[in-house]
Amino acid sequence: MNARVCARERVTQLDEVHAIELRNITKRFGSVTANDNISLTIDRGRILSLLGENGSGKTSLMNMLSGIYYPDEGEILVGGKPVSIRSPRDAFENGIGMIHQHFKLVDVFTAAENIVLGLEEKGKFDRKAIAAKVREISDRYGFGIDPNKKVYDMSVSEKQTVEIVKVLYRGAEVLILDEPTAVLTPQETGKLFEILRAMRADNKTIVIITHKLNEVMEISDEVAVLRKGRYIGRVKTSETNPAALTEMMVGRAVSLNIDRPVPVDPKPRLKLNGVTVVDHEGVVKLDHISFTAYSGEILGVAGIAGSGQKELLEAIAGLYTIRSGNITYTPEGAKPQELVGKTPMQIRQAGVAMAFVPEDRLGMGLVGDMGMTGNMMLRSWLSGRSIFVNRKGPTELAKQVKERLEVLTPDIEYPVRRLSGGNVQKVLVGREIASAPSVLMSAYAVRGLDINTSYTIYNLMTEQKQKGVAVIFVGEDLDVLLELCDRILVLCGNRVSGIVDARTTTKEEIGLLMTRVGGGREDA
Amino acid sequence: MNAVILLIYNAVLNGTPLLFGTVGEVLTQKSGNMNLGVEGMMYMGGAVGLGAAFYYEKMAGAAASGPVAVILALIFAFLAGAVGALIYSFLTISLRANQNVTGLALAIFGTGAGQFIGEYMRTREGGYVAISNALKTAFQSSPFPKALQSVPVVGQLLFSYNIFVYIGFIIAIVMAVFFMRTRKGLNLRAVGESPATADAAGINITRYKYLATVIGGGISAIGGMVYIMTIAGCVWNHEGLAGEGWLAVALVIFCLWNPLNAIWGSTLFGALMILYMRLHLPIPDQLYKILPYIVTAIVLVVVSLRKKRENEPPASLGLAYFREDR
Repeated sequence: MNARVCARERVTQLDEVHAIELRNITKRFGSVTANDNISLTIDRGRILSLLGENGSGKTSLMNMLSGIYYPDEGEILVGGKPVSIRSPRDAFENGIGMIHQHFKLVDVFTAAENIVLGLEEKGKFDRKAIAAKVREISDRYGFGIDPNKKVYDMSVSEKQTVEIVKVLYRGAEVLILDEPTAVLTPQETGKLFEILRAMRADNKTIVIITHKLNEVMEISDEVAVLRKGRYIGRVKTSETNPAALTEMMVGRAVSLNIDRPVPVDPKPRLKLNGVTVVDHEGVVKLDHISFTAYSGEILGVAGIAGSGQKELLEAIAGLYTIRSGNITYTPEGAKPQELVGKTPMQIRQAGVAMAFVPEDRLGMGLVGDMGMTGNMMLRSWLSGRSIFVNRKGPTELAKQVKERLEVLTPDIEYPVRRLSGGNVQKVLVGREIASAPSVLMSAYAVRGLDINTSYTIYNLMTEQKQKGVAVIFVGEDLDVLLELCDRILVLCGNRVSGIVDARTTTKEEIGLLMTRVGGGREDA
Repeated sequence: MNAVILLIYNAVLNGTPLLFGTVGEVLTQKSGNMNLGVEGMMYMGGAVGLGAAFYYEKMAGAAASGPVAVILALIFAFLAGAVGALIYSFLTISLRANQNVTGLALAIFGTGAGQFIGEYMRTREGGYVAISNALKTAFQSSPFPKALQSVPVVGQLLFSYNIFVYIGFIIAIVMAVFFMRTRKGLNLRAVGESPATADAAGINITRYKYLATVIGGGISAIGGMVYIMTIAGCVWNHEGLAGEGWLAVALVIFCLWNPLNAIWGSTLFGALMILYMRLHLPIPDQLYKILPYIVTAIVLVVVSLRKKRENEPPASLGLAYFREDR
């Protein structure tokens, strides 16, 4: 009898309301207490949102259910029985499956290979039978995945689907999703929510770790809130509202409105004309991109992941070789200059800054093993004359960024790699803003950040805009783009499919542009 | 025609120690462990394998049987390499030491240990460790009947090698099937590609890494024994293995972590190694000896130009895994 069947029986035979009960769970990492005496019940057949800011311990808590961490104190009950979950395998055997924020998939394997990975079923390793079973699950909930497709050929949304099928294949009754919508388009998010509802109808228990309030309101039955490692409370979604949830999460009332002043005296700052970029494999990454970014405005960039957002910023920053077209940059009170052909260093010194937050956050822009000071120095090393580096300025800057953006770090010399994701981003964005640019480009600046920090960053962007900086803001959350930006440029298939006025457009209009190549509409 | 057959025949013979070294290291690297100590493990395998056959014959006297000597040499060579790989595994997997440094240390340690064992046997046995001609036959001649061997062309090309050539081929083929067609093979590849994924899927990372590295080390070490017992003529000499282990590491890259490619790859390298005896050009022998490395470099360039994901090294090769790390 394999473990999967056992798990299913164990869970269904008990007619308990509580699928899982956590009692007095405490988990410490060194001197940091990630979870402090948390008790929480998770009800069967419901969708529970676990809400909290970055570093509030949501993921750590759920990692203890999925066997990644083991609690220092407290006990876990599954279906009313105390269990010990020491490894991911134990979690499966108790019918718990977790879909991590960073997908745990092997790139060179097919969907089916990833799904059956680690299962010790008896009998022949029959690829056809496995593919058939994957299709069966896929059809039941409407996933539509191809079992034989390699993971490296998949979109983010497809990868997430594979993750979900993977836990279902193992007979999971309780699914934990860590920030599942962080990388999805509105359409994909909608599809995911449909799937989650179908699973709830099938009496599966679902926990969503998130900090996006609109999604909490849309999908969940109940919300449990954590703050700084402590359990704050739980409420029925139907009996609460975003403002009340924010207050629980942050501990004080936070204004959820983004202040959006009308641009003052916009002047063309950066003008792209027919910019085409080809990567080293000969694939066109940007196809005749033309637009103008004005001073004193925030130009949002929307698009499905991989539509050319990264390449666009890199092309402007001089990191990509531009095949044709030109980029004209007009600094405040100076003559226009051509950026094509300049080195990244020259472009940066001319006042074009880029804060790119990649999926893994550390990949571009920060050195993980260095502290905040060291990372600040990456931008100032050229300014010194002496052979010894000047640490004073960067140390000051690091202190400022730490204070201003409330970076949670034991010390400014503490390796940034060890900070939580949100704090890493604060360091990156803070440093770029500190260089007082006249064009500020940021991509995914709030990726995975909690509400409080996100608003800090939005306000910083708006502040820059009011100073007359041309801000280019590549974002994932359309709601935010609609509230923050003055205009939104939509990329689709590496082309500009439209530029819309953020004050008058709708989410649906942008969603349509994101999936339709409209052909580079010129914007003078 | 004859010259070509003779070249292929000798290429296969000379490639066989490399084949063992390579497929052993492929198994190790598929688990994400970059064990650079192949040379050391092959040295240990060579010295211990020779010792096993030698002392067996010494004890059994005239009654010594060839097949038993071969089996003992195989087992002891395997164990010697496995012990070396076990030290490496403990340091890199359990203690998470740097794999490159540990591998280099094992290469140096194994070379020294092999030399020590070999020289110790030599001086103790009066300056010469060699097995009798009767036993040598068991190590160096074909297991197939004379009639089969004397079939023109085919006989020499297919049936006239020593037993280790066939064992090496079988190991390579079995390993390829293991990687591509079995659950355990899938799990092992996942461990080497993305241990966090494998761990989340409930695979015991530590066990897979240990087993693959230890078995891989044992297989590599057999290559050292095969070198001593076939190419070096069943005698311990000061030169030892002359860098075969390093060639095997290069060959792993050359064959793109595919044991089937190792079969022809080792034969090609074998041919390159003996070219200086067959092809007389007015250049120093040393230039011939760098040929395998040049070919490896060229293959690397060609492969990276083609950029196929399946041809890339295991994604987590050389990295230690710790579950609670972030």
